[in-house]
Amino acid sequence: MNLTIAEDVGTGPAARRENGGRLAAVARGETVPAEVHDALARETPALTIQRFNLWYGDAQALHDISMIVPRGKVTALVGPSGCGKSTLLRSVNRLNDLVDGVRIEGSMRIGDREIYDRAVDAIELRKRMGMVFQKSNPFPMSIYENVVYPLRIDGERNRRVLDEVCERSLRGAALWDEVKDRLQDSALGLSGGQQQRLCIARAIAAEPEMLLMDEPCSALDPIATNKIEDLIDQLRGAYTILIVTHNMQQAARTSDFTAFMYLGRLIEYGPTEAIFQKPRLIETYDYVTGRFG
Amino acid sequence: MSESSTNSGGGAPRRPGGRLGRDSAALLAHGEPAVWLMGVGLVLALAMVLGLLGFVFWQGIGTLWPTPATRVTLHRGAVYLGEVARDDRFQPAEAVIEALPPSAIERARAELDANEGWAHRRLIRTGNYELTGEHFQWVSDFEIAQEERPPWALVIERLTWGRFYGEPTAFQLLHYTDEFAETSDPAERRRLRLEHARRIAAELGEAPGRTIRFVAGPRWVAPEEVSPNATVAAVAEIWEGPAAAWAQFLRHHGAVRGRWEERRRLEKYDTGRINHRKEKARLALRRREIALERIEMKSGAESPAAARARAALELARAEYGKTDRETEAEFLAVRSKIADLNRENARFRLALVTADGRNKVIELADIVRAYPANQLTWRQRLAIYGSRWREFLLDDPREANMEGGVFPAIFGTVVMTLIMSLMVVPFGVLAALYLREYAKAGPLISSVRIAVNNLAGVPSIVFGVFGLGFFSYFVGRGIDELFFAEKLPSPTYGTGGILWASLTLALLTLPVVIVATEEALAAVPGSMREGSYACGASKWQTIRRIVLPRAMPGIMTGMILAMARGAGEVAPLMLVGAVKLAPELPVDGIFPYLHPERSFMHLGFHIYDLGFQSQNSEAAKPMVFTTTLLLIAIIAALNITAIVVRSRLRRRFQTGVF
Repeated sequence: MNLTIAEDVGTGPAARRENGGRLAAVARGETVPAEVHDALARETPALTIQRFNLWYGDAQALHDISMIVPRGKVTALVGPSGCGKSTLLRSVNRLNDLVDGVRIEGSMRIGDREIYDRAVDAIELRKRMGMVFQKSNPFPMSIYENVVYPLRIDGERNRRVLDEVCERSLRGAALWDEVKDRLQDSALGLSGGQQQRLCIARAIAAEPEMLLMDEPCSALDPIATNKIEDLIDQLRGAYTILIVTHNMQQAARTSDFTAFMYLGRLIEYGPTEAIFQKPRLIETYDYVTGRFG
Repeated sequence: MSESSTNSGGGAPRRPGGRLGRDSAALLAHGEPAVWLMGVGLVLALAMVLGLLGFVFWQGIGTLWPTPATRVTLHRGAVYLGEVARDDRFQPAEAVIEALPPSAIERARAELDANEGWAHRRLIRTGNYELTGEHFQWVSDFEIAQEERPPWALVIERLTWGRFYGEPTAFQLLHYTDEFAETSDPAERRRLRLEHARRIAAELGEAPGRTIRFVAGPRWVAPEEVSPNATVAAVAEIWEGPAAAWAQFLRHHGAVRGRWEERRRLEKYDTGRINHRKEKARLALRRREIALERIEMKSGAESPAAARARAALELARAEYGKTDRETEAEFLAVRSKIADLNRENARFRLALVTADGRNKVIELADIVRAYPANQLTWRQRLAIYGSRWREFLLDDPREANMEGGVFPAIFGTVVMTLIMSLMVVPFGVLAALYLREYAKAGPLISSVRIAVNNLAGVPSIVFGVFGLGFFSYFVGRGIDELFFAEKLPSPTYGTGGILWASLTLALLTLPVVIVATEEALAAVPGSMREGSYACGASKWQTIRRIVLPRAMPGIMTGMILAMARGAGEVAPLMLVGAVKLAPELPVDGIFPYLHPERSFMHLGFHIYDLGFQSQNSEAAKPMVFTTTLLLIAIIAALNITAIVVRSRLRRRFQTGVF
């Protein structure tokens, strides 16, 4: 197997053709080791993934993913459609458990606890992780009830606690000033961007350890997108954020680390600056500059 | 393209043929014929729905409207007075024409010739059944020698014998003389009564247009002509002449009806309550007897338990005797009250003469409503129409459901539909939740789903048979043996009743609710469920807090469909509890207030009964339409209520989704 190294980048069409073999090899189903930058070794991992495989029925969606998600940093997952980045994200809070016929192998750990351990309660796990979806999904209830939903299902009834969490979360999601006078109105009356920020408020209401974002801006207009990105910037440090995005500029603007995936495999993973400006692999370069994908 | 541009640009005449050809091709391509077909289908469907509603409405709305009374005198001498019910054309037999007097034959033949052998005739509701044995008479136009609308023709709706048509001749008001029962000598008693009658007459004094008569046996005589040997039971004031009689009728009728209502209340509620108390005591006694029998069977007649039971039985027997005496006394009190009211009401009578000259005296208490049909103003007609509707909606039926109201049927229909909804919605929703949310898709679930859907196609009478066999005979009999053994052999739950009817209809409408709920659950976006799961909610929390509220409008749709289906169903009800006349409502003031074992009246069954089981089908026919109109209105009202609730829910859940 011909491994490509970073020096090859930009050495001309010939090299590119030659190196194009890496993605082709992936497409053929061959094992291709991921190119992981050294900078990651210096980070404290919030989440450690080792040799993680996932099948939907007979179709393998994730191949041997091994990576760490650094604590308190924003990590972006990029890659063409169907590369498994959303699947990887949904594996972190075991949302894939709900899909029939899903099978996994390998390990995924938060701290030193194995997520897929039999003893781990998926419901407890999900309470420690907030998730924001591609399409905002406020519940058919008031703004207030939406935000405190994670506490409600825990049986919290103390009005003072709920009020406090509601305000803190909405402030955290930069939505408080816009909705503080109509907390009892239906959440479905908010604009698309507000709905998405409401979902973020809901995701951080239970003070999770991690925030999983699955293309949170893809259904939003540029102004709303801008607000969400600002928000992600503010949440940086307080939360470990794993974000899936299709938008290269967004990944470049918001994330500290970027992982490039292709057909269920991790191809290259490193600091965002390096991935976008000096990727080690020609394939990554091609993708982040929009040459394919 | 170039051709059309040159055409429009150069202003040259268009070639109609070519363009037309292209347009017709476009017409096919656009599917215009299909649009026309769809339009035809829609028009047909609309015509059927509107036609049905319009027909029922038109036939039903006019039934209670007071029409004028017509008096016809026929050539052969018969005189009829009544309301025209309907008319049609027929071909009279030659013999009928020839029986007419010569001048009439000529005119009849002229009419027949002008109409190609067809003659016009009318059906006149003549009433007076106890005198004539007929409710209706067909009268052909050519038979009529004279036709008029007498100003004093009265239409009288009575408690018995149906309507009466006649002219008032007099109003009679009796004043009873005391019976002087304390005097043992009959002659002395007669003398005292006569004296009392004279005193009454003196107090009444003289009044224009009014005569005084002494009532002595069947003969009514003037005060000065009374024989000293007669027993004068009462003094009668008599107003002669239609106008005076009518004025007196109006003056007294309200009070008489008030007393009649009171009497009915006494009969219905007070007597009912006393009966209930007595029955309760009897059942308590019977329970003791059964307990004793069982103990004797089990542990022998000499055992101490049997002795205790025997003592308890003796106690119950004493208790029953006491209750029996008390209720008997109460009965007597009520009965004497009723007798007083009857006696008081019997003082007021209206004397009438029929069209064929027969005299008839009707007590005011027997008259539900009377009006001079040919003197009514529009306002009076409207008032009568309104009061008839009120009676129809709020009163009990009488005369084998022919007259009076349908309130018990309305009540039964609504209560049954509500109980049915209360039963079917929770079960249907639970079943749909399991099928949609918990069960793993597979051949088993598919076949369950197919079976549920097929259940909707089973003929409703099959459900009726099942309800009778399972609920009434199996479950009901079991309940009777366990809890109502003292009432056996007369069944309590072991026969048709409103509970069993509701359950049967709940089974019948279950598939509707399941299918609608499943669809509503499937329509809840997956993103919402995922959002909830991602918050750490369990499956049940997600269903309860997110899925069910969101699916509620769809579930309501299922309920609406079920109600519409269930409220209009008749066939199974005939087997499991709907009856022609239910003596008591399923909800009343006697503990435990709700009596789910009672049989009930139902509008759908009432319609069938009126239309096909009544003796006077001609009079029942218009009532069939009115009752049908009412049934449609009730189902519409139930549905509209549910639809309003649903649209509120929808507004809550579906505003502003981008």
